[in-house]
Amino acid sequence: MNACSLQIDQLSLGYRTQSGQVLPVVRAVSLTLGAGETLGLVGESGCGKSTLGMALLGHLRSGNALLGGRVLVGGADVFQLERGALARLRGQQVAFVPQNASQALTPTMRLGAQATEALTLHLGMDLVAAQRQVLDLFERLRLPQAAALLRRYPHELSGGQQQRVVLAMALVRRPAWLILDEPTTGLDVITQAHVLQLLQTITREQGTGMLYISHDLEVVAQVSARVAVMYAGELVEVAPVAMLFADPNHPYTSGLLAALPHVSGQRLPAPIPGQPPALHEISPTCAFAPRCSFVTRQCHAHAPPLGPSAGPLGLAEPLLPGTVPAASIHLVRCHHAQHVATVRSSARANGAGPPALPPSSQTATHEPLLVLHEVRVSYARPSLIERVRRIPAAPATVDNLSLVVHRGETLALVGESGSGKTTLLRAIAGLKAVEAGRMSFGATDLMRSVDQRPHEVRRAIQIVFQNPDASLNPRQTIAQILAQPLRLYFGLTSARCRERAGALLERVRLAPYYLERFPGQLSGGEKQRVAIARAFAAEPELVLCDEVISALDVSVQSAVLELLNALQAEQRVAYLFITHNLAVVRAIADRVAVLYHGRLCEVGPVAGLAEPPWHPYTATLLGATGVLAAATRPMLARDRADPAPPARGCPFQRRCPHHLGPICDEESPPWQELVTGRRICCHLKL
Amino acid sequence: MLGLLFLAVHLLLAALSPLVVPYDPVAFAGGAAFAPPSAAHLFGTDNLGRDVFTRTLLGGRVALLITLAGIGLAVAWGGLLGMVLGLVGGWLDEALMRLVDAMLAIPETIFLLLIAGIVGTDHVVLILALGFLYGVGVIRIARTATLTLVAQDFVLAARARGEHQHTIVLRELLPNVLDMLLVEGALRWSWMLLAFSALSFLGFGVAPPTPDWGVMIAQNRSTFGIAPWATLFPSAAIGSLIIGINLFVGVLAKAIGLDRVDGITV
Repeated sequence: MNACSLQIDQLSLGYRTQSGQVLPVVRAVSLTLGAGETLGLVGESGCGKSTLGMALLGHLRSGNALLGGRVLVGGADVFQLERGALARLRGQQVAFVPQNASQALTPTMRLGAQATEALTLHLGMDLVAAQRQVLDLFERLRLPQAAALLRRYPHELSGGQQQRVVLAMALVRRPAWLILDEPTTGLDVITQAHVLQLLQTITREQGTGMLYISHDLEVVAQVSARVAVMYAGELVEVAPVAMLFADPNHPYTSGLLAALPHVSGQRLPAPIPGQPPALHEISPTCAFAPRCSFVTRQCHAHAPPLGPSAGPLGLAEPLLPGTVPAASIHLVRCHHAQHVATVRSSARANGAGPPALPPSSQTATHEPLLVLHEVRVSYARPSLIERVRRIPAAPATVDNLSLVVHRGETLALVGESGSGKTTLLRAIAGLKAVEAGRMSFGATDLMRSVDQRPHEVRRAIQIVFQNPDASLNPRQTIAQILAQPLRLYFGLTSARCRERAGALLERVRLAPYYLERFPGQLSGGEKQRVAIARAFAAEPELVLCDEVISALDVSVQSAVLELLNALQAEQRVAYLFITHNLAVVRAIADRVAVLYHGRLCEVGPVAGLAEPPWHPYTATLLGATGVLAAATRPMLARDRADPAPPARGCPFQRRCPHHLGPICDEESPPWQELVTGRRICCHLKL
Repeated sequence: MLGLLFLAVHLLLAALSPLVVPYDPVAFAGGAAFAPPSAAHLFGTDNLGRDVFTRTLLGGRVALLITLAGIGLAVAWGGLLGMVLGLVGGWLDEALMRLVDAMLAIPETIFLLLIAGIVGTDHVVLILALGFLYGVGVIRIARTATLTLVAQDFVLAARARGEHQHTIVLRELLPNVLDMLLVEGALRWSWMLLAFSALSFLGFGVAPPTPDWGVMIAQNRSTFGIAPWATLFPSAAIGSLIIGINLFVGVLAKAIGLDRVDGITV
């Protein structure tokens, strides 16, 4: 391990378009990191974070060009290195962990061979020693059956495990610097909490420096000492974590912080209006000015410099060129930084800010709309031999699930990936057949398949999918997309369809000229708005929302939540809102149901979630979301893969920190009702 | 744009050539056989002393007409059946696709010769035979494209709305498969042209005195040493048409808005 500093000096990177134009991606970024320092790099997508991260390894993606500046690792400019020296740099000094682990691993190579390759190749270690080191790290990262894992192929692992393997591959070389590009974005909250914790421990031990790239300020705050906020290719604010959270000086940072939904918060998160500029739209003066509420004429006339903040901890005298900024300096790029800081602190003192969240939707009623009674959905299809020999079928994906959605309310369904949330949603939509149990909607029984349901029921139940890229037909214009439900349910003529489509766009706050566009020309948040408009075109009574904001940027997420709330108030629609994020639940839901392996653990009003007791699984989820103080955070008793629900007893038995004994393994836990109206399914005495 | 030019010239000539050709294509042109290119006979004359220029200009008419009708038929039925099979799946899909596999294992020319031998070489028969045969390959392409689409949420969304199968095929699937079908169709058109020329060459396509590139090559290939022009010019005509079609495919993809859909502004 060779500790060394990392210095980025006036680095400018560009993207060369097909017409030969060079557009700026990273603009004169300067950062100095001492050996072992941890820095979080934050910003919305398209702000140049990943391009900057790759450049630290001396790598430019195709189309990217170095326009100026240097990156010095231990004093050597990475862009001047010879082939061999560059390979040594990447092998020994700077390691990169990409966002998508499944694509980072070679599918046809055993994990052992992949992980030891770097050690044998770069450090000349012999295979046995290399394997011992990899194994050691696998165990420390709490990968199950580490020894057997060496002989496995990547596809045999879950996403969380793959990510840990990639992390182990980077750490095993004991690099001086670790560049992580959104390494936990694809993981669910519990696995993410684990990975972040381990990452912190191991890097601290090894003295590894970290550059952690993410769009999620909360995650960054957990692992890094300093944070740099990037916007349109520039650094707009650099400060120690605590200082940045307490006293953000740049309007963009302040906006990012306000956009975070928070479980304990009583306020609706506030979106940042607009979206980051496209590369050819970046203004030469202040790039954030078009979205800024503090904008003045000065902002359009002069580019603000990156200077020390005016706050109490900023520097009084200007920085001399060439001096190394110390780790505690607060830098900001804004003409009105001081003003922003004072407005914010006085707003906090007055308790103003984004609108206070109503205790629950005013539209919520107690009239049942959707009733599920002991519903079972299964993907297992026993083969002929299994049926003949009477081998018991695998436990169903969703089992014994009873749930009521009331007219006009929002019920959040929470659970990790693979907990059967989406399966249940598809069953309700009639896309996946229910095996047992009953579903009714209003006064009518819900048929198993959408084809058998009456027209009226089909119209009343609508779905909004997770990924708007996939749920909108790329070859249809927005007008055509919105016309389909209108034509189907109301038999409107083309002219009337167009008229209504325009009105629908207005309701989701999109301008009428979007009608002629294709989905590919819209941003993620805009596409999701169109998908929501399509659902509301049917004038539904129940909208099934499948992780509708998890594919969107933080700054856009809150705007979509706000839109859903507003539409609900207008139309008294009920939402069944699926999410893995408890923080989002607080901002939108009236009641919450927690699902583990397709079995309910807990149901009740959202307000009650703030206080114990919880179901052990709910407590784990809350802990992973960062709501509970770190000391009281319960961790999973056994961090092992739990791929299939158990045949008997409590679904959470294998990972429960409060496991009581045989009773949990054998008997289904009883439902216990609390005074707050919450119901918990557990053997524990609450 | 070059492709469009080639294609436009070919189609224009096919349409207008009867009005402009200098000689009767089937009669002796008054000069000697095997005369080299000259001012009177731009492309020379063939083994029977007919004007090669005239015959080359006219020689694409029948082939173009038959193959255009044939490829239209092939893309229409192959594409539609492929999309339907990809959408409904199940045993019908399984059974028909195995049949398609079996069909694709037999060389097309043999099939065509078989049909021509049994039913005859009437133009309508040829169009139906070519359309049927080349549509089999299109089924596979359309079905594969559809399979990746039906797994996507927008098709799921349409099913959840309760749309009819034909609405899903025509509104959701077709716009996404259309570009591939057009490109595939244009490509297969060039293959079909070659196959048709081969049929003529073998004597099953266009009957002799009618000018046709395949027939011209067949009749003059034995005398290539004496009069290469009689073979080279019709060959060049076929070649330029095929190249034109292939270049045109690229222009086509752009014109139907592939670039717009992908969000790239040109």
